[in-house]
Amino acid sequence: MLIELGHFALILALMVALVQTILPLWGAWRGRPVLMAVAEPAAVVQFALIAFAFGVLTWAFVTSDFSVALVVSNSHTLKPMLYKISGTWGNHEGSLLLWTLILALFGASAAWFGGALPARLRARVIAVQGSVGVAFLAFMLFTSNPFLRMEMPPMDGRDLNPLLQDPGLAFHPPFLYLGYVGLSMSFSFAIAALIGGRVDAAWARWVRPWTLAAWVFLTIGIALGSWWAYYELGWGGFWFWDPVENASFMPWLLAAALLHSAIVVEKRESLKSWTILLAILAFGFSLIGTFIVRSGVITSVHSFASDPERGIFILMILGFFTGGGLTLFAARAGAMQARGVFGLVSRESALVANNILLAVGAFVVFIGTMWPLFAELLLGRVMSVGEPFFNAAFTPFFVALALILPLGAMLAWKRGDPGRVLGLLAPAALAALAVGLLSVAITQGQGMIALLVLVGAGLGLALLWARVPQLIRRRVPLIVLGMAVLALIWAVQTGRSALGPIGVMLGAWVVFGSLADLWSRSGREGTPLAGRLGRLRHLPRAEWGKAIAHAGMGVVVFSVSAMLAWKVEVIAVVAPGDSFALGPYSVQLADVRAERGPNYISTMAEMVVRRGGAQVVTLYPEKRSYPVQGMPTTEAGIDYGWLRDIYLVIGDPQENGGWAVRAYIEPFANWLWAGCALMALGGLFSLSDRRYRVAPAGAKSARPRGKEVPAE
Amino acid sequence: MIRSCFLAMALLLTPLAATEALAVQPDEILADPGLEARARMISREIRCPVCQGENIDDSNAPISRDLRLIIRERLVAGDSNDEVIDFVIARYGEFVLFNPRLSGWDWVLWLSGPAALVLALGGSWFVLRRRALAGPGPVSRLTDEEEARLRELLKD
Repeated sequence: MLIELGHFALILALMVALVQTILPLWGAWRGRPVLMAVAEPAAVVQFALIAFAFGVLTWAFVTSDFSVALVVSNSHTLKPMLYKISGTWGNHEGSLLLWTLILALFGASAAWFGGALPARLRARVIAVQGSVGVAFLAFMLFTSNPFLRMEMPPMDGRDLNPLLQDPGLAFHPPFLYLGYVGLSMSFSFAIAALIGGRVDAAWARWVRPWTLAAWVFLTIGIALGSWWAYYELGWGGFWFWDPVENASFMPWLLAAALLHSAIVVEKRESLKSWTILLAILAFGFSLIGTFIVRSGVITSVHSFASDPERGIFILMILGFFTGGGLTLFAARAGAMQARGVFGLVSRESALVANNILLAVGAFVVFIGTMWPLFAELLLGRVMSVGEPFFNAAFTPFFVALALILPLGAMLAWKRGDPGRVLGLLAPAALAALAVGLLSVAITQGQGMIALLVLVGAGLGLALLWARVPQLIRRRVPLIVLGMAVLALIWAVQTGRSALGPIGVMLGAWVVFGSLADLWSRSGREGTPLAGRLGRLRHLPRAEWGKAIAHAGMGVVVFSVSAMLAWKVEVIAVVAPGDSFALGPYSVQLADVRAERGPNYISTMAEMVVRRGGAQVVTLYPEKRSYPVQGMPTTEAGIDYGWLRDIYLVIGDPQENGGWAVRAYIEPFANWLWAGCALMALGGLFSLSDRRYRVAPAGAKSARPRGKEVPAE
Repeated sequence: MIRSCFLAMALLLTPLAATEALAVQPDEILADPGLEARARMISREIRCPVCQGENIDDSNAPISRDLRLIIRERLVAGDSNDEVIDFVIARYGEFVLFNPRLSGWDWVLWLSGPAALVLALGGSWFVLRRRALAGPGPVSRLTDEEEARLRELLKD
């Protein structure tokens, strides 16, 4: 009965979403406040109905109700409770329900927190949000109903895919959806603005927090997925340029571009039509991602036929919203007039460059992901595009982005002084150079000597810095970066060995550049330290957020370069009791034994890691077998460290009595997740900036004074 | 097979083949470290024919093991990297190549990124320069007042 109520709630939600779409749009067109007022209660009711349906499905999973087909194919009575709950969204139908739930939540949020928006804009935003809801509710009800019953309920279920039975992956999809669907708000705002023909600073002030929130969620979701791949898949990789990964990466890139261009609209009233276009494209790429993942068209062209109905339905949704949005854009974009004027060297131009690099990067990922499909459909060629292409074709854009980021972030609005910025960044460039040189020295085994020399040189330079003329200071970053670029080109031509030092140097440049940006805001040269610290404390949170997020990106560049360049791998056969060398460590396979988990059996190894005779850590890598699904998973034994992870995997028993063992040293692996966390944290700081907290609330409290609030 | 399901698995559960071996096995590794390094480099660019977008170096499928062994056999026999890859393509088709060789329309794939960059840079430079040269005309002076009024409104 409850299950049928859940199903019924979904049907009702579809009806409400239809009302939410049509009446407010009509009301805004005709200027009827009564019809526009329908938007808010409709959004809230739609959310409540979908939340009820989601609750019902979760309940079915928690109580293992095997009369529901979805529970049978994705759950099992022995499964731990956490994974019974996460099993709700660990499948196509359930995840789609979560998708629509979040969509409705954002719609309802616009109703709850949108009090200060002009009435027409609010009505239109909620209506457009409702129309996306109509599409996805119809998709779910007609092709992917999660509430289908079994005719003959079995005694037990078929269990959730064991790879999904993991805390990292349990929360990976919800975060990704919050991000994907969050971009629907930017889309709704863009469409509403196009219909109304008005984009101004107030509009951008509303769009930016939504985009920022979506981007933060996407960052967390992608990082969780990457982290999961790292510790779960058994060989320490973290990014594979898989079509499904790319599906989440493209919206991330475009959301990053959008949240930067919205700054220009908000502060300078420029780049309006470009921002609108980005908002449409960003959500379009969310939909393309949904299409890629759910139709299976890319991973294997032939599986499209296995479920053509779903693929075609999503393609229609994609075509309607992206095509419709772009058509509307073509018709109305001319109405957006730019007001702010800026010079060729200015913060605005730097943000344009940021947008170009991010958007072209997303385009390259898109082409690479879709090319096999184009090639098969248009040229009749079956081919693959993978990691080598993406590494070669995408990385240059990201390198360019990292190179110009610290410069652009410090340029002044309207007309920047590049000489001044270069002078301020000279210490950052020198510090980055030191990091690069140090990394070379350490990998050559001369770390201590190099460190002493560098510290000495640094101290000397710090004492003499005030006497170094500006003209020389301003040349320093150019010389250092020019050298780095030349070395990079040389390294690409000759081999990979120099890529590591250059990569970590680039990462360090972004991190130190962000610090230099904060420092330059704390006062001019000669300001006493106490005064600087005081001003730092009172900087707007958006400034802190910017510096933290940029530094996070630098940390990510640093860590990715280090992991790619200096990973150590050992594959060996080891008999119990024997040891093998792993870099400076010695690893002993002490024991291998069988263990039992709640719903799996495990082969667990006990491996003792020593360095110079002293024990570092004992790790227990496992190989698990889940009988219900009949598949194995690897659980690597990982010793997480500041500078490196030790990563051990136990393989199969060998004929001669030993065990296959894989061991890795992953340098700076934790820094990758920390960098992603910093990016998300920076976004949150920016989100909590005073102007977002105060402006809407202030406008609300101002409303009663005005008494009459005309419908715009 | 396993890693291709990163993410996808959360959404559409593909049936995963139950396999025992785990990527490169100790018994496959060549004694000559130089040849082995070349074998690893090649096998990272070869796609496992039965998996979903996984290279044979990471793949657990039996066919990937066969391919890894074939590559090592050819290398030991004295083939160059390109000859080994040709050998594999002749048997399994272009599909197994993650780094497609330039042929036919593939220049579109490789050049679309740089072309988009050049177009975007050129276009925006043109627009920005024209805008910067035009300077704040009488229209924008008017709107500055409007802007000030807007800020006033936003303040309370």
